[in-house]
Amino acid sequence: MTQGGGTNRLGQGIEAMQGGAAGPGVRSRPNAGRLVWWLVFIVGATYFFLPLIGTFAFSLRAQPPLAAYTGILDDAKFFANLTYSFVIGIITIIVSVSILVPTAFWVRLRYPRLRPIVEFITLLPFVVPPIVLVFGLINTYSRPPLPFTHTDLGSSALLVFGYVILSFPYMYRAVDTGLRSMDIRSLTEASQSLGAGWGRIIIQVILPNLRVALLSGAFLTLAIVVGEFTMATFLARPVFAVYLRDVGDVKPYQQAAVALISFGLTWIAMGLISILGRGSRSRVAVVGAR
Amino acid sequence: MTDTAVRIGGPGAPARPGRRIGFGWIGLVPFFVVATMFLLIPASYLIVGSFLGPDGELTLQNYQDLTKGVLIQGYLTSIEISLVTAVAAGIFGFLLAYAVISGGLPRPFRSVLMTFSGVASNFAGIPLALAFIFTIGRTGLVTFILRDMLGVDVYGAGFTIYSKIGLEIVYFYFQLPLMILIIAPAIDGLKKEWREASENMGASTAQFWRYVALPVLMPSLLGAMILLFGNAFGAQATAYQLTGGFINLVPILIGSQLTGDVLHNVGLGYALAMGMVAILAVTLVAYSVLQRRSERWLR
Repeated sequence: MTQGGGTNRLGQGIEAMQGGAAGPGVRSRPNAGRLVWWLVFIVGATYFFLPLIGTFAFSLRAQPPLAAYTGILDDAKFFANLTYSFVIGIITIIVSVSILVPTAFWVRLRYPRLRPIVEFITLLPFVVPPIVLVFGLINTYSRPPLPFTHTDLGSSALLVFGYVILSFPYMYRAVDTGLRSMDIRSLTEASQSLGAGWGRIIIQVILPNLRVALLSGAFLTLAIVVGEFTMATFLARPVFAVYLRDVGDVKPYQQAAVALISFGLTWIAMGLISILGRGSRSRVAVVGAR
Repeated sequence: MTDTAVRIGGPGAPARPGRRIGFGWIGLVPFFVVATMFLLIPASYLIVGSFLGPDGELTLQNYQDLTKGVLIQGYLTSIEISLVTAVAAGIFGFLLAYAVISGGLPRPFRSVLMTFSGVASNFAGIPLALAFIFTIGRTGLVTFILRDMLGVDVYGAGFTIYSKIGLEIVYFYFQLPLMILIIAPAIDGLKKEWREASENMGASTAQFWRYVALPVLMPSLLGAMILLFGNAFGAQATAYQLTGGFINLVPILIGSQLTGDVLHNVGLGYALAMGMVAILAVTLVAYSVLQRRSERWLR
């Protein structure tokens, strides 16, 4: 790359060392280096794609060809569980956003002293992985006074709140970063002088400004929730991942097809994030649904 | 709605904006209620329970029992797998990220790899375990190709995906992309000028890495690997699907304790979970210390 301009001797020297257009004799070394990087890339790409190819090849062993895929269309349980997971995911997003946006807003505007406490709590899910969280939830809420797990609705609610907790680390960070990039004090005062109340300020002024941050957080949540297995299985919820596990007992080829669909869903969610997130950093969830 | 809003802002209200209503703190209530009910209380339940004996007496016995038999074995296996995959994915992920950022590969490779890493780091659990079973399982594609085309019978040679190595190969799939995502900003932070300056002073490529690049990158690299360690350590679903619970990892042990008190001691189960929390807490603290240090150069 000839970025340096190279009007003086120093610039030309740099160009030569970088394998730019300047000196013919120095080209061989960078090219050998580039070959190594190509090799690294090819090895990595092979590792990434082989399992997908292997799964696809396995799904094609069904007879007649593509039966693994057409079979999905007749499978009511596939749609039922996928719908359930999506609904849970969307409720999780709504709850998480409506809890975290006011919290981050107030901490930034009025209660900066609470910031360390709020940040500490939102970081806790790194330390309390899903298996431990569900362990605690079931032990706490399977008996009076709050026997959540005794009803289907209660178990689903418990699952939603568990997922809301899991979403705290990246959701709070997304909201807080979004708030930092706007002047919330001026926005608030301007809205107030126009006669808006707090609810109106948060819903009609702050929320639209957080659109990108919230949407990317929402898609990440959706990707995580739709694939999550650990918490859902111990709460005996009919989620997508449980269907995916069970379908293999009777229809192994269809299982491969559904696994690929699951990858496709993740791909769609992440694709939407990267389309939205031009410029903003891609969000990383650690200790999610693994 | 509009009416009340207008009236609040009307002449009757105090004049200073931002001071009018004292109920703002209500916005914080849902957060603290949810966090308390669904995170702090369940966690406290485990903490308290881990210090109680079978008859409800205060004891440290549960923690002493963690150091015995199958439980300590579970911790060691969990730590080993997390460590191996963290270091391996740490090194290879760094090389891969470096290849697309500064290795002279075509530009679009970078954004393709980054987007793919976003997907792959979230592609875990049941579908991931299945994908590998279909690929390097006993009847998997790669197993067939190796055996029938290349004459290498990996299963005949004793390999099985339902083993520690098998598990590590699978965990690598979500560890590698996570490393790429975390380390990319650090590689971006390596300034071209440092390379130019060191070459102008006659440093070789090896010297540049030894004395400039690696010292600057080291906190980021270590921090990222620590994060990967925690990432693998907390994983449950992948291992569950892959081994059917035959390998004694801590999350698997907690799972079987949860479905039916296999340890025959409730408090011991809680202590098992708390041990996991303690290890993850150490990794998080180590990570944030290294993170602070790496920000010094990479701004």
